[in-house]
This record gives sequence, structure tokens and C-alpha cells, in this order.
Amino acid sequence: MSSNGKHRFAMYWAASCGGCDIAVLNLHEKIAEVADAFEIVFWPCAMDTKYADVEALPDGSIDLTFFSGSIRNDENLHLAKLLRRTSKILVAFGSCASEGCIPGLANFSTVDDMLTTAFETPSTENPLHLRPVPRWAAPEGEIRIPTLAPVVRTLDQVVDIDYTIPGCPPESARIAEVVDLAIAAFAGRAELPPKGSVIGAGTSTVCDQCARQRDVKKIAAFTRIQATAYLDPALCLLEQGIPCSGPATRDGCGALCPVAGAPCIGCYGPSDGVVDQGARLLSAFSSVIDAREPGDIERILDGLPDPLGTFYRFGLARSILRASRPAFASSGVEPPVIARAPEPARAGAAGGTDR
Amino acid sequence: MTRLTIDPVTRLEGHAKIEIFLDDTGEVERTYFQVPELRGFERFCVGRPVEEMPSLTGRICGVCPEAHHMAAAKAADAVYGVTPPRPARLLREALYSAFFVTDHATHFYALGGPDFFVGPDAPVAERNILGVLQRVGAEAGARVIGARKAGHHVIEMIGGRAIHPCTSIPGGLTKGITEAQRSEIEAIGHSMVDFAEFSIGVFDSLVMGDPAYRDAILGDIYRDETYYMGLVDANGKANFYDGRVRIVAPDGERLGEYDPADYPDWISERVEPWTYLKFPYLKRVGWKGFVDGKDSGVYCATPLSRLNAADGMATPKAQAEYERFFATLAPANGGPKRMVHQRLATHWARLVEMLYAAERLVELASDPEIASDNFRVVPTATPTEGVGTVEAPRGTLTHHYWTDERGILTKVNLIVGTTNNYAPMCMSIERAARSLIHRGQVVSEGILNRIEMAFRAYDPCFGCATHSLPGHMPLEVTLRDAAGDVVDVIRRDG
Repeated sequence: MSSNGKHRFAMYWAASCGGCDIAVLNLHEKIAEVADAFEIVFWPCAMDTKYADVEALPDGSIDLTFFSGSIRNDENLHLAKLLRRTSKILVAFGSCASEGCIPGLANFSTVDDMLTTAFETPSTENPLHLRPVPRWAAPEGEIRIPTLAPVVRTLDQVVDIDYTIPGCPPESARIAEVVDLAIAAFAGRAELPPKGSVIGAGTSTVCDQCARQRDVKKIAAFTRIQATAYLDPALCLLEQGIPCSGPATRDGCGALCPVAGAPCIGCYGPSDGVVDQGARLLSAFSSVIDAREPGDIERILDGLPDPLGTFYRFGLARSILRASRPAFASSGVEPPVIARAPEPARAGAAGGTDR
Repeated sequence: MTRLTIDPVTRLEGHAKIEIFLDDTGEVERTYFQVPELRGFERFCVGRPVEEMPSLTGRICGVCPEAHHMAAAKAADAVYGVTPPRPARLLREALYSAFFVTDHATHFYALGGPDFFVGPDAPVAERNILGVLQRVGAEAGARVIGARKAGHHVIEMIGGRAIHPCTSIPGGLTKGITEAQRSEIEAIGHSMVDFAEFSIGVFDSLVMGDPAYRDAILGDIYRDETYYMGLVDANGKANFYDGRVRIVAPDGERLGEYDPADYPDWISERVEPWTYLKFPYLKRVGWKGFVDGKDSGVYCATPLSRLNAADGMATPKAQAEYERFFATLAPANGGPKRMVHQRLATHWARLVEMLYAAERLVELASDPEIASDNFRVVPTATPTEGVGTVEAPRGTLTHHYWTDERGILTKVNLIVGTTNNYAPMCMSIERAARSLIHRGQVVSEGILNRIEMAFRAYDPCFGCATHSLPGHMPLEVTLRDAAGDVVDVIRRDG
């Protein structure tokens, strides 16, 4: 707590798109409550504090830190460790920090692949095949840029974390609930949830919040959304053959995408008790497909032309797969392990549906 | 040789860093503006179904995901050779117009505004959005918050989500809007026109009405004469959602106008080993280094460039403001077209665009067809290759996809808004440094502010996110001698 009696808050963005910060700004009028309740000591998006100031802070002197973005380079890693040391409560905020998000799909490529692709595109003029290098001897002196890590890692893969707020980005209404909870808890009016909890979200699945009707109908094939002449606006998208991540994805968004006619893409991560979102989704899909002959399976799989992207769109970096073998070659990063111990199952909460 | 390291200590430290080298006489020898991040979207989007690109590439930037969503949707349409029905086009452009008003408001009030409203010499603690709101008043502050909120509401109504929209697919959208929503969007459009006019009034009285700021805008520190790029419609008027790319020379002569799909004939990207970002330039003119003028292929793609490139704005109030902009800043010179080269005028240009986007939103929402159920067609052609281009707030944004016959991506090329401006930003920074550093003497506050102002006019978005809400970056200048030892550290404290 600071000298003025306010609790100290920080927010940081590592390798991220900035959408998490915009989601916080989209608290709109409520942002004033945050400013009233907290002394904001570090928030690059919204105020001016330096690394050196944070480095000078005693251990645990920030009461609450929201950390968005994944760990993509050595600088991200440094800030993760620094904020762990200086924060009492460190929250993995948003999909990049908690699951790896879309940029985690890079874990099926090596850094060399990434650089070669980016610096040899059709519009790039690069006859010498130059690549950015961490240390460059410019004529005037050496200049440096951070070193890319071999794989994208989530915050909890590099430091101990206290809570996770899922979502890409977390919905502003859910963030508001967490802010209210934090204010109440710091004032002694509420208890903080147990360490390791997922907060700012539900415990069940997107399906449970989805207004679309489910008839528990089996499907004969998956179809691509642009190829369907008509989609019933009231009926479950999965039952209409559209691969939808709702059955394996935590609720919290209010099923925004399915309600808007687009399939859930899984941005809120796995629901309670699920170790691996992709494996869970695979099992959910298996339970709705109507296959009798081996040929049926081939045909049905043809409807899923990108299994990796379908099942691990947001969760690859955090999944039991984590990365491809080439990405780990010469990486110095620990090989894949089961990243998350199963959480205790709660009655009626493990998925909330048979899918 | 002496080295100055301007190391922003926020996210900008991670995403933008400036090195200034002085020669033996203490004059600026060279500046390096480094972007130290790469996430590899062009690599890991390979293998993904093309219909997912509007959602996947939105994650390039959470500040302007709408721009990537639209460029991706148009590229995916092109991959299938499909033209969405007119209501789909109206819906997408309406979402995009609401987004432009919202994003330009964020920049004008929160990012760029503090330079002018609060002033470069005000205490740092006041040079932020709260300082701006104090200066313009609580009522105006409520209008700013209200306008951003209304903008995101329109984005969510059409795009399904306020951040990272999800509804555009090849051939159109997954949903339409109801008549009640159409009516609500129209009303919001009218309120945005009022808000844009109000904002121009604020700029007139607080910025152009102040001799010091007026001089800063008209002066030479922030003047670079480069080529300019912008999308124009069939009548040569600026457009954000669609059109042909026009390029004009610094003297106003037109270099050419092309279909966005022909960009490889016009644009090349240069690689430098000291940064993760590339430097696009005009192929026909060639890369001549970090220099301006008609012989250098450096171009810029910003609100200022779009006004310079276009013949005018397609809506009446914005057209009147466009004319006033050029009459005030670019006296008739007998050349082919009046041109404005002062980079700080980009802030005013942004407001002209905001007014256009608001008027355009009203036009689109007033069209009864926008609430039609005809918001999608099923593509029938075999997917192959396609280009989608829109004007992002920070510059012309191009997505280029190649797919196999199933519509699975085999190659991706992206030229992102801010990237267009990387070379001109480096030049503006170097110009500011040269004008402020002489014989090794550094005006500590002056250089920090003015270097920031030099590139903040571009509204840069590195890693699509160098947005610093206080409107200034915290900066630290480390002065080192030739051996690399620290001689002095100049910090601007928060």
C-alpha cells in the first residue's frame, strides 16, 4: 500500500496486440473508479513509469499486477520476473499471457522459419538475405535489439502466478467485476479467491451461455462457414456442421461470436477441470459426428482441413503439445510437459455438457 | 564518437528505441530508430483456412483490429473471386467508419492532444489525457468518453464484438442488423458529426489560435517533403474502405494510381539488420536512403498523406474543412496541386478525416438497404490468390494471400499501416535531433518532447501498439563517450 493509503496497481504488456489494454480503457466511465481506488504505479499504456523505477521497488510492493502478452523475447522474460518479484498478486491477463493466444501458433515454426518468411516475402528486396540480429555493428557503434525466444511461452511457464483472467481480450464487463472484487477484497469486504483460480469468467462452457438451441443431433460432415448456403440463426452452429469451439471453451464472453453467427474460436481457454482445450474439443467433436464406416471418418476429417489451428487456435503454447520438435531443437527451453495439473472437478461444472 | 540512447522505458522501450550518434564536433552523425519485435504472423498463418484470417489477423493489433479484419475479409473475398452483396459492403463500411471516428478520437485527445492542449513545457504530470480533459473541461471530457463508447457500440452491433470483430467472412458477413439497430447507428452517426465539428473547434481555438503552436505547425523542424499515398474513390476523393491507391510526388505531381492488387509493381520493402521492421519504398523511384525529395522513394501513408493524395473529401462538411486546411497551410504555389508537408498538420488532417467518417456513417446508416437480409453470397469459384487493401488510421494496409484449391493458406504477405511510415519517421526523428543538438549540447526536455512530437504525429503503432495514453513517452537519454561509458543520463520523470 502506498503512503496515501491507496493500493498499488500495475499493468504491463509483453508480446501482445494491445487489445487487453483497450479492453481496460473500455471500462469507460468506470476507469475513474480504478484511478480513485488505486495508485497506478506502472502502466505503459496509460502512464509514465520507467523500468528503473520498478526495478527499484522492494519485493511485493505492488499489490496487484495485470500482466498481458506472452513471453516472446528476453525482454518480456525480464519484465515477467521483475513484476513477479515486485507484485503481491500477479495476474495472467488475457489469452496471450494465459494460453499463448494466436501468436502461440508460431510454436510450430522455428525462429529461423519466421525470420526467413518475414524477410523474404514477395515484396521484400533483400538480395543479401539479411536478417535482424540482436547485436549490430553499425559504423558508428554497436546497437542492440532483443533476442527472440525459440518458442512463445505463457506467463505461468516462466514465473509463479496467482490468478488468470482469460479472454482475447477479456470482456470489459468481466474486467469490471474483477476490479470490483479487488476493491472489495482490499477493503476487507470480500475474500480473495484461492490462488490459482481463473477469475473474471465462469466455470462452465460457452455452450451454456449460448442462446442457440441444441437438439443433440449428430452431424454427417463438417462444413466451412462460407460454403453453407443457409445457417439457421436459432440452431447450434456445431449441429449445422460448423466447427465451433464452444463445447471446450470457458464461458465469460456471453457467447458473443455464436450469437453473431460466427463460431466460437476458443479465446477464453479451457473450462474448469480441462487439462487441454484441444483434446477436449477433439473429444467433443467426436461425440457429435455420425460415423459408422472407416470411410465416414475420412470424409468427416476432410471437413477439418486445419486440425492444429482448429483445436489449438489459442491454446498451443499452453497445451500438452506446446511446440513442435524443430522449435525445441537448440532452444534451451524445457521440452513439452503437461503444463497444468487438473483442477478439482466441481459438481456439474466439468464442461456442463456432454460434448 | 558520442552516443545518445533514447530509451523509452515503457512498452515503447520494448518496441521502439532511438540511438543518436554524434560526430567529433558534437553534431548529429546518424540516428537509428529501432523496432525490436516480431511475432511472425506471415509464417504461422500458413496452413490456416482463409476464412479465419479476419479473426486471426485482428490479433496483430488490438488497437486497430477492425483494419486487419477488413483487409483480411477483402483479401479472402478476392481469393474466392467473390463480390459481397451491396448490403454487406454497406455494413462493413459502416463498421469501419465508426471505427475511424473512435480511433481518431483516441489519438487526438489522448495521444497527440497533450502536446498542444497542455503544452510541451507543462509539467510532465499534467501532460496526459487528464491534463487534456482539464484544459477542455469536464463536459468535453464526457463527450470524448461518450464518443468512444458509442463507436465501440456500433462496432459490436455489426462486428459481434467491440474488440476483435468476428462477423466478416468470404462473401459478406455472418449477420445483418435490424431496422432498430440501423436507426440507432444513424443517430450515433449524427452525434459523431457533432463531435467531429466540436473537435475541430477545439483544435481551432486551442491550437491554431495559439501563436506558438501555430508557428510549430508551420515551421520547418517537422517538415519533410516525401511522396504521399492514399486510397481514392472513382471521383478521386479520399476513401478508407475501398478504391485505388494514388501516389503523388512532393510537388503534387501524380506518380500514378493503381489497383491495390498491383502493389508488388509499386512497393518494395528494404531490410536493415538493426531492426525487426522493414522499410517500404516506391519501386519506381528507388531507395536512396533516409532522405526526402522527389528523387527518394520514401513515402508516407497517414491522414496527412491521404489528404495530399486525394482531390477532396466525398462529404460536404469534410470537403469544406479540407479546403480550409489547404487554404490555411499551403498557399497556392502554381504547382499541380497544393501540398502540405508539415508533419504536425497531421493532427488537423486527422480531424478532417474524423468528420468525413462521421458523415459517411450517417450516409451508410441512412441507406435502407443496410438492414437487408441479403448480407452474404456463397463463393463458388476455386480459391487461389487475393489482395485486400484498406486505409488503416495509420496508413494503407495490405493483406495478400495465396491458397491451395481448398482455401488453405500457402503464403501470406502483409504491409501494415505504420510500416509504410517507418522511413519517414526515422527522418523526422533525425531532423528533430539535428535541429536540437549542436556541439554536443542537448536541451534535455526540449529534445525529449520534440523527438516524441516528431513521430507521434504519425500515430505510430509498432507491434501495432506503441500507444502511450498520456500522450508522451517516458524517455531516458543516456549520453555515452566513444568507449561506451555513461557520461550523463537525462531522464524525464513521470
